[in-house]
Amino acid sequence: MGLFNRLIAKVRGSSTASAVEWSEIQSELLASDLGPSLVSTLLDEAKKLPGDDVETAMKEILRSKLSDKERTLSTGVSPQIVLVVGVNGTGKTTSVAKLATHLHLEKKSVLLGAADTFRAAAVDQLTTWGNRIGIETITGKDGAEPASVAFDSAKRALEEKFEYLIIDTAGRLHNKNDLMAELGKIKRVVEKVAPVSEVLLVIDATTGQNGMAQAHIFSQAVEVTGLIVTKLDGSARGGIALAIENSLGIPIKFVGTGEAAQDFSAFEPEKYLDGLLA
Amino acid sequence: MFETLTSRFANAFGTLRSRGKISEKDIELVVTEIRQALLEADVALSVVENFTETIQQQALEILPTLQAGSNQAEAIYSVVNKELTEILGGGARRIRFAKKPPTIIMLAGLQGAGKTTLAAKLAKFYKDQGETPILIASDLQRPNAVNQLQVVGQSVGVPVYAPEPGNGVGDPVKVARDGVQFAASKLHSMVIVDTAGRLGVDAELMQEAIAIRDAITPDEILFVVDAMIGQDAVKTAQAFQDGVGFDGVVITKLDGDARGGSALSIAALTGSPIMFASVGEKISDFDIFYPERMASRILGMGDVATLAEQAKKAFDGDTAKKLEDKFTSGEDFTLDDFLEQLEAMSKMGSMGKLLSMLPGAGQMKKQIENFDESEITRTKAIVQSMTPLERRDMKVLNGSRRARIANGSGRKVSDVNALVEKFTAAQKMMKQMRNGGSIPGMPPMPAGMRPPGIAVTKGSQQSPQKKKSKSGNPAKRALENGSIS
Repeated sequence: MGLFNRLIAKVRGSSTASAVEWSEIQSELLASDLGPSLVSTLLDEAKKLPGDDVETAMKEILRSKLSDKERTLSTGVSPQIVLVVGVNGTGKTTSVAKLATHLHLEKKSVLLGAADTFRAAAVDQLTTWGNRIGIETITGKDGAEPASVAFDSAKRALEEKFEYLIIDTAGRLHNKNDLMAELGKIKRVVEKVAPVSEVLLVIDATTGQNGMAQAHIFSQAVEVTGLIVTKLDGSARGGIALAIENSLGIPIKFVGTGEAAQDFSAFEPEKYLDGLLA
Repeated sequence: MFETLTSRFANAFGTLRSRGKISEKDIELVVTEIRQALLEADVALSVVENFTETIQQQALEILPTLQAGSNQAEAIYSVVNKELTEILGGGARRIRFAKKPPTIIMLAGLQGAGKTTLAAKLAKFYKDQGETPILIASDLQRPNAVNQLQVVGQSVGVPVYAPEPGNGVGDPVKVARDGVQFAASKLHSMVIVDTAGRLGVDAELMQEAIAIRDAITPDEILFVVDAMIGQDAVKTAQAFQDGVGFDGVVITKLDGDARGGSALSIAALTGSPIMFASVGEKISDFDIFYPERMASRILGMGDVATLAEQAKKAFDGDTAKKLEDKFTSGEDFTLDDFLEQLEAMSKMGSMGKLLSMLPGAGQMKKQIENFDESEITRTKAIVQSMTPLERRDMKVLNGSRRARIANGSGRKVSDVNALVEKFTAAQKMMKQMRNGGSIPGMPPMPAGMRPPGIAVTKGSQQSPQKKKSKSGNPAKRALENGSIS
């Protein structure tokens, strides 16, 4: 039984729970990066519930914070263009490769666009992945204009009738206005060829409350349609993703759980909630 | 960085200042406010509790000794400041150099913390101080990590020892061991070992890090951590502490708006000082971490020391010397010199970033956010649209020339006129100063606190005079001017 369950067990029949026990639960919830404001909402709701099964109740409350939006990738006319964005070091390139593998295994035709022309060797990193999976990667020269690489890959995807195009972008901190503007430009330029069907924001599970600011500002720039939560195989529980989903209504679509290409799956709410309360 | 945290503190202290006599209840309120601010900043709960308890206790202790109406708020403030500095690691610590070179530095941390980039920044930092560093590519895990290290190594002109291609091929322990031997044989004074990112819970990879450590017995193991990390920071840091162990912490991505509270937690809980901070994507965006400066920054007291240093770095010796020679020789300060200054300023980073380091920046947040960064670009465009003759001698600027310049730079003729007017006034003032006059209405400024060029933001006239003037804080003045005009 995890620490949380032990605490929960103590407060079964919440009316009898002491303030100390509630504060222990509070600190456990805080430790999962749900954030102080969501945690206090959760606690308020939990305290109101009469039943004696607080664990189920807490899970129910958490579940109610998830959005009911579609969690699968959008489908429709080819190519479906997926733009992958996020701050530096969250695992965008790896996620692009994993998503490509995921789609490749479903027998979809996939093209990769290496529009991270900023970070040293990022293009090579993606190409290496592409070769491993056996799919083509469109690249520009080092330091090439990212929007032009994105444009070329979109054109190619349209001409060659690929079902999916996944575009990797350079990591950027959301408080850098010029870089966010660049991202907007990439999207606009791609849409001259074909509409972008998904913008996936990659959130590192270890991220703290700053994740909220990231989601907020990236959404303003490029209308984020889903989250990929990476590094969930560590000790971090990734509560910030739920906080984002709850406050901005952006659904978590995929999770990354390791370094291998197949360590990637569609988001499973139950598993995630279990992890939060572990 | 730390902005929201800063404004929280600023508010809390604002409340205190508005009180005639601070009561125990006021202190409690402030402490509650600080507690909430720290939690929102991802500081670990246990650290928050310790911290708030300590400051509450200390504040209550000194309270009876404070006179009503005196600067009670300041006294309370200094309690908080002292504690914060303490948590952040006390005084700045430098790298311990090996008695017998090379000094071996090993980097460890989670994936995506920024180790590889940091390796290059660190190498550049010490290369500039006369060391002869070499980078060792022991991250054979991540696709193209070796390649990335080679690219960044080349860009800073530091050799990279990379016998293995990486991408899962090769023995990182052997690479590290051979690399150190190689470095010693080539008489490199410093070795920086980049290792694969690993999760705290990954026993196998932690074992590998330990094996590398044992093979090369580093003088410093630095734990690299992302400023954006949340509550897991504590667990991760603990796992690394118990696993490979580390002597110091490096925070990366501090240029984001993450409040970096977890960095405080790591420093507090592991007792390892934060030694370096990385504050941008450029190789030069890196510095020693100064706890006192950071503490005063968090508390909204600005960071003038860093600002002055950045100014010194951006204005390389040549530019400064040239200007000085010009000044003393009695030559006119021309628009070409002005352009050089503007360019040096751009090198220092965004104006918003610079201004936020000034004292009281917390209160000026609005103005700083609204500061139009492209004003400098526009001014530059006007000057660049002039012919060399026009830049040297503005007297030739007749109506048609001005119209051409306005066209060329995409500005209005009135903008060109304004620049010319201000610049002429500045030239005149320079002449007066050279002849021994002082500038009226400007208080003297302490040496070393003249961040050159900052004042050029809105009105160009401050720029030239500032080179030699004993003016007041020019950036602040420019900001005030800017917000009025």
